[in-house]
Amino acid sequence: MKLSVWTYEGPPHVGALRVATAMQGLHYVLHAPQGDTYADLLFTMIERRNHRPPVTYTTFQARDLGSDTANLFKTACEAAYERFQPQAMIVGASCTAELIQDDPGGMAETMGMPIPIIPLELPSYQRKENFGADETLFQLVRRLAQPMERTEQVTANLIGPTALGFRHRDDITEVTALLNHMGIAVNVCAPYGATPEDLSRLGAAHFNVLMYPETGEAACRWMERDLGLPFTKTVPIGVGATRDFVNEVAQITGLAAKLDDSRLRLPWYSASVDSTYLTGKRVFIFGDGTHVTTAARIARDEMGFEVVGLGCYNREMARPVRALAKEYGVEALISDDHLDVEAAIAEAAPELILGTQMERHIGKRLGIPCAVISSPVHVQDFPARYSPQMGIEGANVIFDTWVHPLVMGLEEHLLTMFREDFEFHDDAGASHHGGAHVARDAGGLSAPRPGQAGTPPEDISEQEKTGEVIWLDAAERELKKIPFFVRGKAKRNTEAFASERGLEEISIDTLYEAKAHYAR
Amino acid sequence: MTRHTPPPPALGCRHAPILKERGQHEVFCGLTGIIWLHRKMQDAFFLVVGSRTCAHLLQSAAGVMIFAEPRFGTAILEESDLAGLADAHEELEREVDRLLARRGDIRQLFLVGSCPSEVIKLDLARAAERLSARHAPRVRVLNYSGSGIETTFTEGEDACLAAMVPTLPDSDARQLMVVGALPDVAEDQALDLLAQIGIDKITVLPARHADTEVSVGPNTSFALTQAFLGGTHAALERRGARHIPAPFPFGEEGTTAWLRAVARDFGIDQAHVDAVIDAPRARARKAVAKAAETLSGKSLFFFPDSQMEIPLARFLTRECGMEAVEVGAPYIHKALVGPDLDLLADGPVISEGQDVELQLDRCRAAQPDLTVCGLGLANPLEAEGLCTKWAIELVFTPVHFYEQAGDLASLFARPMRRHNLLKLEAAE
Repeated sequence: MKLSVWTYEGPPHVGALRVATAMQGLHYVLHAPQGDTYADLLFTMIERRNHRPPVTYTTFQARDLGSDTANLFKTACEAAYERFQPQAMIVGASCTAELIQDDPGGMAETMGMPIPIIPLELPSYQRKENFGADETLFQLVRRLAQPMERTEQVTANLIGPTALGFRHRDDITEVTALLNHMGIAVNVCAPYGATPEDLSRLGAAHFNVLMYPETGEAACRWMERDLGLPFTKTVPIGVGATRDFVNEVAQITGLAAKLDDSRLRLPWYSASVDSTYLTGKRVFIFGDGTHVTTAARIARDEMGFEVVGLGCYNREMARPVRALAKEYGVEALISDDHLDVEAAIAEAAPELILGTQMERHIGKRLGIPCAVISSPVHVQDFPARYSPQMGIEGANVIFDTWVHPLVMGLEEHLLTMFREDFEFHDDAGASHHGGAHVARDAGGLSAPRPGQAGTPPEDISEQEKTGEVIWLDAAERELKKIPFFVRGKAKRNTEAFASERGLEEISIDTLYEAKAHYAR
Repeated sequence: MTRHTPPPPALGCRHAPILKERGQHEVFCGLTGIIWLHRKMQDAFFLVVGSRTCAHLLQSAAGVMIFAEPRFGTAILEESDLAGLADAHEELEREVDRLLARRGDIRQLFLVGSCPSEVIKLDLARAAERLSARHAPRVRVLNYSGSGIETTFTEGEDACLAAMVPTLPDSDARQLMVVGALPDVAEDQALDLLAQIGIDKITVLPARHADTEVSVGPNTSFALTQAFLGGTHAALERRGARHIPAPFPFGEEGTTAWLRAVARDFGIDQAHVDAVIDAPRARARKAVAKAAETLSGKSLFFFPDSQMEIPLARFLTRECGMEAVEVGAPYIHKALVGPDLDLLADGPVISEGQDVELQLDRCRAAQPDLTVCGLGLANPLEAEGLCTKWAIELVFTPVHFYEQAGDLASLFARPMRRHNLLKLEAAE
């Protein structure tokens, strides 16, 4: 049993739903109690889809248990086929149905449906959402894809984009353009936009582009083995990665490496003098393994940041992320407990967080700006405008997105110079964010702050206990003059310094003595 | 003033046939109530004993993550708990110890059962007893089920309040208990009106803090503010308290009828009541009239969601001039919504339970001007050209009593006004 407040990933059947919802002509019959239908709103509200996800929930109740839940499943299957006339169906159980062991897969297979029925075994108490998506796509591909003649023109499949993915919609457009520029057409994009019939044509492509290892790797590995389709290992997020991707595609296909970088602006924007202030900005990177890995390279090599921490929530990617962290000289944080992540961020005291919606909240609480780079997603992560992460335009989007939360160059200096100006001060946050930006308070990096919109402040457990040593007013004022991102550390160090020496009060002198002490 | 209120219909819906359906239910489970209950009871923590799905539901149903650590969490069952490798009770005790050590502000802890915990028959009542003994007197531990196999959406609040009833101290005092979790602003208004009417001893269930004394006994009369509290109603009657049946306090008419019923129960003269409520009644009417301009004459279709559908249909038809086509509710407790059914003119289909596909067929055929439905259906129906109102907003927004009557009406009017406002075609 593990206590969890927020989760980075849903259960594995939500991963299956992401695959089903991305596709057309596929229907998912999910053996589940009422309430599990909440998952529909992930797609209709967060992603603003204008159709219900193609799912039928059997909706069993307590009174059905031990009597006819199995029958309920059969009826639901028949009704779903009758009403939606899909080309194929996937069937499976949610966490509760897994416990009652009705074996939906076995039942569906004996029902003599005239279409392919693909049973899913998704262990709800061991695995999570990304696994569910990856496994579902793999089972679909294994069942439907056939070996066949390659297309005459060089073509590729795009593998991995799902519903509710972070910018998957726009990444597809961008990668398609990258390939087209090299004279490569897209054979099938799956699961996003594909029908089961399309999946049967996967084997006609010359290779696969594995866009998101989280949701497409098992399918790519199977196609490599059974259909002889090689797949790309580079995820083209960032300038360097996009160039590497083009080279990798050239190597696989024998075509010339061609990249249209006429609209690429990141390198110049990063080189221009206005960006000097980005130099050495300390960033903490957390999210899914793929986005974290690519973000680390951009952060260090393309933005000139210093990576002070990185990690991922999906254990499946722990190995590559650990290796990468070593290369960056930091220790990888592999955890799906947001309290661990919050503690690690507070400890590292970065100037910018590149994270998920969870880290955005952590950043709000700690007063650290955050740019979102990965799922889990929020309605804000489905912008109306074209906003990919991959390819040339993706790099441009990333430059803007990461720089936006920061206080800009000269403004930062002015803040340092006139720290006590009543309206132009550190606590006010970046001026281009108006009043909405959360103020940063003195040193309380892990202290709770008043909630917004009139909600009372929450008592949180990690509240700093500062009872033992007293800060004299002058010292406290001096502390506020220290830049916010090191203030928490300075405060803790000074208190530790004072208590080691048995001091009861902290004066300005104590503060600077501590500073000198820790500088050694 | 009564000239503004239409007379009760010759034939209400109390005895109308009910279309009972079962099939796919497009509703939340009872765990969802935690989203508002944890804000209402400021020293309570809700610990769901369930699966990753439960945790995911809670954070998704909230729509946005609540800034700062919320007072709820999920103890996620893992493979070892199910395989019997770990003693689930010991595991739970360990997690609760850690939680309470971290959160010194918690005075009440609710262990909330889920579908998986019910199916594996985890005895949360026994766990609550043991934990109560262990953490008394600082923390009281109670349990209830919010599982989808037993509860639909707002029934979670019902189960929570019903679980609190047996723990209430006895009292012989003549008193009023107002039952239902309301936003503080609406609750304060109600208490103020009741005090002005002359009821001096009033308690509220649930209280905002654990140390507020809420007692019950044979001289307690209780009035419900929410239509979904059937289990709590039964639990209070078992404690000897008496229910005051009344229409629910939505809109001017509902609020007036509710207050008068309470006053009657306490033997207070109606003329005195009317003197107190005269001004707020007039304000409520005026506020409703504004939104009613948009709503009047328009047709209305309710998908089942919160059990508030029948009282709301009464308000929208009688005070806003709408015409109900279908009023669907997950469950219909006639003891609770009977007075509202009496006032709802015969005509609409009254349905209980759901087969969402069949109901969608009926809705599409009826092409109502406004469809009230859950979040999973709203955008798809909008994309088909229907105008929708998300039902969940009705449980998250202050909508009860006089001063909110106008807000309640405008919640329904806003999507319709928006449909009229948007001009997205070329000018020609």
